[in-house]
Amino acid sequence: MPSLKDLKNRIASVKNTRKITKAMQMVAAAKLRRAQEAAEAARPYAERMNAVMAGLASSVGGQEGAPRLLSGTGSDRVHLLVVMTSERGLCGGFNSTIVRLAKARAAELLAQGKTVRILTVGKKGREQLKRDYSTHFVGHVDLSEVRKMGYSVAQGIARDILARFDAGEFDVATLFFNRFQSVISQVPTAQQIIPARFEGAATTALYDYEPGEEAILADLLPRGVATQVFSALLENGASEQGARMSAMDNATRNAGDMINKLTIQYNRSRQAAITKELIEIISGAEAL
Amino acid sequence: MAGTLQFDLVSPERRLAALTATEVQIPGAEGDLTAMEGHVPTITTLRPGIVRAVSAQGVTAYLVTGGFAEINPQSVTVLAERAVPVAEANAALMDDLLAEARSQAAALADRDAGEKLVNDMLAARAALAV
Repeated sequence: MPSLKDLKNRIASVKNTRKITKAMQMVAAAKLRRAQEAAEAARPYAERMNAVMAGLASSVGGQEGAPRLLSGTGSDRVHLLVVMTSERGLCGGFNSTIVRLAKARAAELLAQGKTVRILTVGKKGREQLKRDYSTHFVGHVDLSEVRKMGYSVAQGIARDILARFDAGEFDVATLFFNRFQSVISQVPTAQQIIPARFEGAATTALYDYEPGEEAILADLLPRGVATQVFSALLENGASEQGARMSAMDNATRNAGDMINKLTIQYNRSRQAAITKELIEIISGAEAL
Repeated sequence: MAGTLQFDLVSPERRLAALTATEVQIPGAEGDLTAMEGHVPTITTLRPGIVRAVSAQGVTAYLVTGGFAEINPQSVTVLAERAVPVAEANAALMDDLLAEARSQAAALADRDAGEKLVNDMLAARAALAV
């Protein structure tokens, strides 16, 4: 049975924890709003880009000499997994869900006898993958210095990926990130970026292309990689804050429950001590 | 009075402009072009230069570093990798962009393309006179 003083200290410490988690929740809520706005602001560009590229890809795609970024290298032996996670923890299952998806894919590919290479973006995923897959690591992008997720960050990552592709280091590249659906739901997603794949119907309008279709496509595909990386980063950013917000909300609630329980226990022990003292006094008086 | 078309300028990070214009001047990769209402649907890549949208309120000009434009009879959408309102373009910014263009040009396998990139950037700078 803890003493009254112990209980008091314990309650004070849990109250402090609650203050911290509450503050983190509010910070995450503010950041989430900004991250969501950024993700929304980036959408028109990505959508147009995709629509135009899908149109071009459908007309150029089948032909001889289509760009390698579209048609692939002709094999799918070496896979590059780009695992995008956060730099910080305390965000519930955010990082684990991404890593779990990536691990499952890596295991599946290895079972098929393919080569797996892993590029990690963000510290947390690297830590979790290190134990099983550290031999597959080819690089790491550190985002801890990045204050605002700008397009230039995505361009840097895309340039790295493209340089590796040009050097023949891999055949297929896949991005792993959490797609933001709502504060309580983030969907771990695997998105293949090289060779490029397009969803949805191509634009039907017939365009004049200047210069030629293939030249434009060759120019756009690298930009498309950067755009996809950028929207993945933004989705991930919003998801991270959403996950952190709900995790911290839970933590705050748990701390509250714990404080209630401890307070009851504290009051009971206090009452017990008072009763005990009274009994002692009364039985002392009776003995006289 | 000429007809009007919808002009949108979007960068990866946000939508920079959305307005109704009578004509839009675009620095295409193979030469400048002006889009007005009823233009043939065209997609063109951009070289570094200045996009001008002429509307009833006057001329809005943006410096773009590259990207592409989608022209339809009723609308023009410019997707620029990086776009800056001309009023905000100063010497320091131009120096940054120029340095960036040079480093990009150095990375390109095609030397002509690299040189063109730097020259376009220099021309844009001269046109702005900053």
